[in-house]
Amino acid sequence: MSQSATAAAPGRSPQAPVLWKSQEMADRRKARYAADRRLQMYGLAGIIFALGFLAILLTTLAFTGYKAFVQTTASVEINLAAQDIDRTDIREANWRSIFRDAVRQEFPDLSRAEEREFFKIFTSSAHYLVRDRVLDNPALLDGTTTFHIPLADPLDQFAKGEVNPDLPEDQRRVSNAQLELYEVLDARGMISQPFNWGLFFNADSRFPELAGLAGAISGSFWALLVCFLISFPVGIAAAIYLEEFAPKNRWTDLIEININNLAAVPSVVFGMLGLAVFLGWFGLPRSAPFVGGLVLSLMTLPTLIIVTRASLKSVPMAIREAALGVGASKHEVIFHHVLPLAMPTVMTGTIIGLAQALGETAPLLLIGMNAFITSPPDGIFEASTALPTQIYIWADSPERGFVARTSAAILVLLGFLALMNAIAIFLRQRFERRW
Amino acid sequence: MSDAAVEARLSTQEEERDIKMRARGVSVFYGQKQALFGVDLEIPRHAVMALIGPSGCGKSTFMRCLNRMNDTIDSCRIVGDVTLDAEDIYDPAIDVVELRARVGMVFQKPNPFPKSIYENVAYGPRIHGLVRNRQETDEVVERSLTRAGLFKEVKDRLHEPGTGLSGGQQQRLCIARAIAVSPEVILMDEPCSALDPIATATVEELIHELRENFTIVIVTHSMQQAARVSQRTAMFHLGNLVEEADTDKIFTNPEDPLTQDYITGRFG
Repeated sequence: MSQSATAAAPGRSPQAPVLWKSQEMADRRKARYAADRRLQMYGLAGIIFALGFLAILLTTLAFTGYKAFVQTTASVEINLAAQDIDRTDIREANWRSIFRDAVRQEFPDLSRAEEREFFKIFTSSAHYLVRDRVLDNPALLDGTTTFHIPLADPLDQFAKGEVNPDLPEDQRRVSNAQLELYEVLDARGMISQPFNWGLFFNADSRFPELAGLAGAISGSFWALLVCFLISFPVGIAAAIYLEEFAPKNRWTDLIEININNLAAVPSVVFGMLGLAVFLGWFGLPRSAPFVGGLVLSLMTLPTLIIVTRASLKSVPMAIREAALGVGASKHEVIFHHVLPLAMPTVMTGTIIGLAQALGETAPLLLIGMNAFITSPPDGIFEASTALPTQIYIWADSPERGFVARTSAAILVLLGFLALMNAIAIFLRQRFERRW
Repeated sequence: MSDAAVEARLSTQEEERDIKMRARGVSVFYGQKQALFGVDLEIPRHAVMALIGPSGCGKSTFMRCLNRMNDTIDSCRIVGDVTLDAEDIYDPAIDVVELRARVGMVFQKPNPFPKSIYENVAYGPRIHGLVRNRQETDEVVERSLTRAGLFKEVKDRLHEPGTGLSGGQQQRLCIARAIAVSPEVILMDEPCSALDPIATATVEELIHELRENFTIVIVTHSMQQAARVSQRTAMFHLGNLVEEADTDKIFTNPEDPLTQDYITGRFG
């Protein structure tokens, strides 16, 4: 703007009356409103951009993953009463032949070669599934029961439309004989696709049709429990000390800087530390949720301390002075007044920290929580996987069935994260107090 | 007790009946900055003493020395003696919790706890073990609220949050909370600055009544208020005590020209 234009601008000279109605002033306001609108548009664009990517992520996952939420099964009727089973030793009965006999009875006309193909339709652990159900309920031995046996992965994939039957036989994992037999089963109404509860209640397996997340979910649960039990009290205690007791000097500044730095340390470094210290020096068991929880709590602690300090700091001085004024001692001021007011924020921060820990993969890989483990852990010292490491394992597995299961596992993990964040929001709104 | 303290006690025995608190050469430093310069002041028993002076003159700082509320500020350093009933309150052996129970405080901005009205008043007596059961607590709460002139207004909603009251009611709740602990001295830091004239009148009347049982120190920016409620007035300026005398004398015939200028509104 030139010097003369500045001088001529309305309202610049203290003597001249301000011409609020002049065109120049009107244009000026218009430009300011336009800037307001632009800012709003940028913000909106940012939100749309972020939501768009989230939508792409979720639809991709849902699209690949939804097929893992159902499982193709064939119903097989087995007359156990007709079998000669030693009731004192149900487990050791010849379940393989009992199962095969039952299938043969349905299809008595198959040749030896056809029969071999036929049994491959079912999951290779079919007879164990029958056995385990009978072990759970021995009364089944007295009658005829229909068992829903999961189909082997290639057939499951075929039933879900993932296998192109028009390809030459040697380019697909389903033989022509199996396809024909499948059609027969289907024609007899023996094929169904119920909801895949096994995804939640089975542990991991080499066979996709049997693999589930039970081990990973309980592993994650135990690890998070350990993480919470350590980081929550320690984090709050440290934050209270730093905020309410520690003198402000070079040492506490140094501690503060270090805590802030720790919050930014990549998680894989904590994994290395866990490997070297917890497994190496202390000799704690590999793959155990306890060690996982320890490592995750190292990661959560700095965040939790920072959140807690911030929330303690946000409690107004007036509340502390009010309590001191009636003669409350330091711990009474903190425990009766400051901490209860800070608690909703602390709880929210804790849950968000735990949600972060739930999704953390790298440190768990380093302490061996990506092992292949076929039963859920019974406690914090038993080998286990966790949800993110289970996703890692499945994503690495070559079987077609694990593709959908990987996406399904991611959806389950995201579901847990959403649940935890919802709890955090609920707690904040429910317990937040105004003053 | 040291010899000096014994001597001090003996020498003051004469006046002790009339002097509740005494400050001798009190200077306060915030870091490098000095906020009070050697203040000597005697606070008479069962009377209201007003501290007046322009903003930043150190009157609030001085008052916060009387119950060691300045301890909460890290950079704050205090020299000089403050005694309560001839007992040095800055003696390392003194119990700060006891001191703050005996010297209660009401703040500029009403600051009830975000709890119920009942809990606000019952809190002090409970932590000091002044009440042993529910019935005694009920009595203390009712008595304190009645003396604060609030009971009639809130008796049907004792368990509703104290923060839901109006500003004037909140301030009276804070006064009830302070007197529930049965302090000997009540410090009031501009208790009416956030209140409308009607609420102010109620609180002033209350101060008037409380004088019979408590020693009251009040910081105020309102000359009229100082004139209405106090018997003694101390004028501060730039961290110095300028003049201290009977309120009547200060407002009719001040000795110091600064006081004269201030009360007539020529500066401040």
